[in-house]
Amino acid sequence: MPETRSDRIASGVIYVLLGVVTLIVLYPLYFVAIASFSAPEAVLRGEVWLWPRDITFAGYERLFANRELVRGFLNTLLYTGAGTALNLILTIAAAYPLSRRDFKGRNIFSFMLVFTLFFSGGLIPTYLLIKDLNLLNTFWVMVLPTAVSVWNVLILRTFFQTSIPYELQEASFIDGCSNTRTLLRIVLPLSLPVLAVMVLFYAVGHWNSYFNALIYLSDREQYPMQLFLREILIQGQMQEMVDITDDSLARSLMEAESIKYAAVIVANLPMLMLYPFLQKYFTKGVMIGAVKG
Amino acid sequence: MENTGTLSGRQTRKQKRAKRLARTKRSWSKNWELYLLFAPVALYFIVFHYIPMYGVQIAFKDFIANQGIWGSPWAGFKHFERFFDSFYFWRILSNTLGIGVYELIAGFPIPILLALMLNEVRSGRFRRFVQTVTYAPHFFSTVVLVGLLSLFLSPSSGLLNLMIVAFGGEARPFLTEPGWFKSLYVWSGVWQGMGWGSIIYLAALAGIDPQLHEAAKMDGASRLRRIWHINLPGIAPTIVIMLVLNVGTVLGVGFEKVFLMQNSLNMETSDVIATHVYRSGILGAQYSFSAAVGLFSAVINFIMLVSVNRIARRISGNSLW
Repeated sequence: MPETRSDRIASGVIYVLLGVVTLIVLYPLYFVAIASFSAPEAVLRGEVWLWPRDITFAGYERLFANRELVRGFLNTLLYTGAGTALNLILTIAAAYPLSRRDFKGRNIFSFMLVFTLFFSGGLIPTYLLIKDLNLLNTFWVMVLPTAVSVWNVLILRTFFQTSIPYELQEASFIDGCSNTRTLLRIVLPLSLPVLAVMVLFYAVGHWNSYFNALIYLSDREQYPMQLFLREILIQGQMQEMVDITDDSLARSLMEAESIKYAAVIVANLPMLMLYPFLQKYFTKGVMIGAVKG
Repeated sequence: MENTGTLSGRQTRKQKRAKRLARTKRSWSKNWELYLLFAPVALYFIVFHYIPMYGVQIAFKDFIANQGIWGSPWAGFKHFERFFDSFYFWRILSNTLGIGVYELIAGFPIPILLALMLNEVRSGRFRRFVQTVTYAPHFFSTVVLVGLLSLFLSPSSGLLNLMIVAFGGEARPFLTEPGWFKSLYVWSGVWQGMGWGSIIYLAALAGIDPQLHEAAKMDGASRLRRIWHINLPGIAPTIVIMLVLNVGTVLGVGFEKVFLMQNSLNMETSDVIATHVYRSGILGAQYSFSAAVGLFSAVINFIMLVSVNRIARRISGNSLW
């Protein structure tokens, strides 16, 4: 059926609007990328629009020369790796029994989990608990309080229930498999795509989180990268990184700007590199959660 | 006859109990691994979620550090009254509500519009490109997002102010002007979240029966009409559920971003419940008082969620539970 004129106008408007939206999201990111490679003077004169000018890596060099930030980067790697592993194990340990109809008490346990979504003790009682458990300023405080996300448990449980035929599991029981063996050999291998999404969600969460560190850590040696980024990007604390000795104040202020641009790139690079590979699973992961909340 | 009747009745009851016991035993011996698997999860929720919920009683007590939460003396509603009477109360409440409502009005429809538009795109490559780009900011940390704001809005070196100056305007310190705080907060959130937020609606749109569109085309419905009469009703249940979730958390304006965007100059519009709790509780060590403030907002949130859910169920038949 041929498209009518009004339909073609409608499509045209939609394409233009989507183009504008894409540009609004993309251009700031592109600008940060080219500004991080350009001489700060050129950025300040407004000469950097489409291409980097007077290419320099000074911002990156200053950034990596900062011992604390490198340390923070390593800390974040550790928290992300260990935290995500714990998240994944516990999420499976929660979702699999809850997906089984013959798991007695699963309604009570489900309620126990879901209730925490809608009501929580709040910041202060949690803080006092962490303090009483002597977890302040320890590695554990970065992984334990966020060990399970209820949303992800619900997504995974729904996936187990709807996408893996129970007959398959029954067959393996008849063949003499235990529950553990069935989970490890049948259920998990069939769930790899959704597990990949879980890993991504959890890893991004750890990588980006700063709140728990802000509240529970006071030892700078244990700070994750985001807290140092906060000092650099928002509070503008860069005395150590910017030479004040032989440069004028104006010059050091400019260098501070290029350090900031470089910092944004460095902070996001690992996640942005990871995510195109997993993008095709997003819709699946989110949709599974949407089917049954 | 009667005797034997009750006797056999007793017997069957006994048998039943024995049967049930045997079934429980069998289910336990078959599924003990599941309970073992679930045990650490239950422990986690008890320790990190339910003990703090129990600890919320500190809001009704005068917390004394060496007596702990349980040993401290009761204080009734003292801390709540102090909060309601305080000079900050109305400021914090109106800021929290203002940001929450603004966010709802601006932030809620945009992902829906984006999804409806994306759904009309035929070219797979263009669609994927738009999706890839608009999803990306979701993966930025709050620190980076606020960092971007301060980079672009800096009065001396920010791109936006350079542009304003180039067009003959005057540079403005957006981040320290109280009047700009709410808009910056909300629209940077839209920028970051609209792509990701559209996924759930796209998924719902994918579930709409294409035959409906075929039939409507036969009847001569234009594209806009089909969006309005088929797609929008088709995703209405999803919209309602998301709306319930969003309205229910209007008072729960998150700490993370507000805290990072806050500075001494924009305090009058940027101080919200969560940051107030942090300042008086964690920094000021007034544990009981700030626990009371936190509990106040948690309870209001809970009530709002439940009532919005009920209204949604009555009006549209869709609800969260």
